[in-house]
Amino acid sequence: MTATLAPAAPLVRPAPFLPGYRFEFVKLLAQWRIRVVLAACLAVPGCFVALISGQSALPTDTVFGRWMHTTGWAGSLVVLAFACSWGLPLLTSLIAGDVFAVEDRLGTWRHLLVAVRSPRRIFLTKASVSLTVVVLMLGCLCTSSVVGGLAGAGGGPLVGLDGHLLSGGDAARTVLLAWLCVLAPTLAFAGVGLLGSVVLGRSPMGLLVPALLALAMNLVLLLPVPLAVRLALPSSAFVAWRGLFTQPVQTGPLLIGIAVSLLWAVLTTGLAYLLFLHRDFTDLAYDGAGRRALAIAAGGLTALTALTVLVVAVATPASGSGIDKHKLETSLATSFAHLYRMQTQQLHRPAVTEGELHTSAACDRGGPQVPDSGPGNDWRCVVSWRLPGSTAVGSAIYQLDVAAEGRYVADGDGPREVNGNFVVRTPSGDAPNPLWQFDGYLDLLHTI
Amino acid sequence: MEWTPVVRARGITKSFGNVVALSGVDLDIDGGQVVGIVGPNGAGKTTLLGLLLGLASADAGTIEILGTRIGRSLVVPVGVAGFVDGPGLYPALTARQNLAALAALRGQLSSREVEEVLAEVGLTDVADDRVRGFSLGMRQRLGLAAALLTRPRLLILDEPANGLDPAGKRHVHRVIRGLADDGVAVVLSSHRLDDLAELCSEVTLLAAGRVVFTGPLAKLAAESGELDYRVGTSDPSRAAGLAARIPGLRVIDAGEPVVVRGPVSSLDDLVVRLVGAGIAVRELSPVISPLEAAYLALTGVDASTGETA
Repeated sequence: MTATLAPAAPLVRPAPFLPGYRFEFVKLLAQWRIRVVLAACLAVPGCFVALISGQSALPTDTVFGRWMHTTGWAGSLVVLAFACSWGLPLLTSLIAGDVFAVEDRLGTWRHLLVAVRSPRRIFLTKASVSLTVVVLMLGCLCTSSVVGGLAGAGGGPLVGLDGHLLSGGDAARTVLLAWLCVLAPTLAFAGVGLLGSVVLGRSPMGLLVPALLALAMNLVLLLPVPLAVRLALPSSAFVAWRGLFTQPVQTGPLLIGIAVSLLWAVLTTGLAYLLFLHRDFTDLAYDGAGRRALAIAAGGLTALTALTVLVVAVATPASGSGIDKHKLETSLATSFAHLYRMQTQQLHRPAVTEGELHTSAACDRGGPQVPDSGPGNDWRCVVSWRLPGSTAVGSAIYQLDVAAEGRYVADGDGPREVNGNFVVRTPSGDAPNPLWQFDGYLDLLHTI
Repeated sequence: MEWTPVVRARGITKSFGNVVALSGVDLDIDGGQVVGIVGPNGAGKTTLLGLLLGLASADAGTIEILGTRIGRSLVVPVGVAGFVDGPGLYPALTARQNLAALAALRGQLSSREVEEVLAEVGLTDVADDRVRGFSLGMRQRLGLAAALLTRPRLLILDEPANGLDPAGKRHVHRVIRGLADDGVAVVLSSHRLDDLAELCSEVTLLAAGRVVFTGPLAKLAAESGELDYRVGTSDPSRAAGLAARIPGLRVIDAGEPVVVRGPVSSLDDLVVRLVGAGIAVRELSPVISPLEAAYLALTGVDASTGETA
């Protein structure tokens, strides 16, 4: 055996961050699935909004859907509402839910570790690339829907969820802010995706975790659960952005939703990081981090949810469902006043302000046997107002379908000339009647 | 500057839960050596190669690579490259993209060096094809190219000839021999003893996580002990009778051909007697090669059943 002149070699330093980041980015974008998703995010919302804006049948069951033909900003918000229901959790599943599992499927962990020389650096680059692509995807959805909306219906004023009118500029700013706000829950689900990808390895369940969790949370949000539980879930921020479109802005639920989402993002990403560092890269048969890791992940998120419920319950005025008679009456009266003023302008009647109308509402749920609180489609309200200079009091009836999340649809029940017909006769022809049917949004945290 | 081996491992132990993958393994490898790591499945070959590549840290013992003591962090010195469990390649990327990404990760490597290693393993013509369409042999060669990209001083290859056609295998062997001639230490694992015999100056035989043999291949062959020989003759029944009367020789099978077991000196005696009795000798060959016999004997595997004794 011959000895060799072998001076002590320096240890390999981990690969620099930027080349590692570029490598992960190239690998991710090399997958046809990701390219198709990004192309779809860029093309589909714009085409959808531009197409629907010109149709007579509008998606009125979606918030802002009924205003798609009057302003392009409404189209972007319809896309945002769709995305928040299923789209964003599903898209984060495809990206963050697969970013670690793909190396298990390809059997490339050892190769990657030899090349990068640091599990920490691998985690950092993979998480950063996931974050980048998720943000890119959200940006594509936003840009596409705004461009499609503006092309299809222009950039006119937008009717808010309390009937007040946002000018084109205000609408643009608020729409962009709404898209920015949903970044927080999107990051929370991306963190869940990273955690699922690390814990479940090549199992398809890892890919589905964010989507399944979002489905479960959406089901919870549909139920009349206590408000503290509702606000403690990251998906509440997928709904709370609607509060930006009322006056005053409903900041409470939105800020809580964003804070909860960011906590989820930090906890899930942190757990994924710790579990990833403890994995054995030489074990060929590795197929997920095992039951213990699964229990740690599930336990951590359950504990966070329980803690958040407790903090929200103690630190905020959240109680019951957050929906009661007085809130509905106030909200309905405000919306009616704003929309009545709009109808007055459509009909070229003498101008009137909301203050001059002295609008009020009286609501009842399901008759005397049913308590006047909580969600349901059995709310009936009578709105009263008085025109300036007149002693007569006008009244209009509305049937309200109130959802547990705080959104309600007020359906006009007469009189015919006020809210009983879906169109009004204006000097320039028939136009949609703003008082016939409209959306409202309750501040569930607000106390009267 | 001092004279040190490229790899110096002492008392390496590694367990996964209750399973002991390596127990008290010693290993010395010098520059220019091609060392084969052999052993049955589960013997600890991949674990040992993984430790040398810095994919895991040993529970006990010391490893020095290129004069640098390897600690518990998953870091090895500059100049170590290779792969275990097949080359890790990204099927959605082309061969060139795979190598370029690696070159970028390592830093300060140019596209010229990517072209050089592609040419070295004979993949220039398919450099822009996606790896998804590559055969197993082409992937092996690309894996070798990835390892060569950093101009390693210690190259670790797990089953490098797996899936290669005879021409491809010759090409890879030529590359490995060239590296060894340039002073690179190469560690190979393979189940193909004939491949190792062609390439390796030394082998280390592992069984159940322990080193049961280490040294030159010629020495391993000598460990084979008595071999079984197939004796093809013009008169098998008389040949079997003659064989049975030769001291030290046992007839294992009296059919056609006759199979006998014994030392080479007794076999020489048998041939002389067969010829003397007017029986033509048509074949005389070991049933299994001396290397394989030694492997089976040292690892405790029964040659007839293939099961561990």
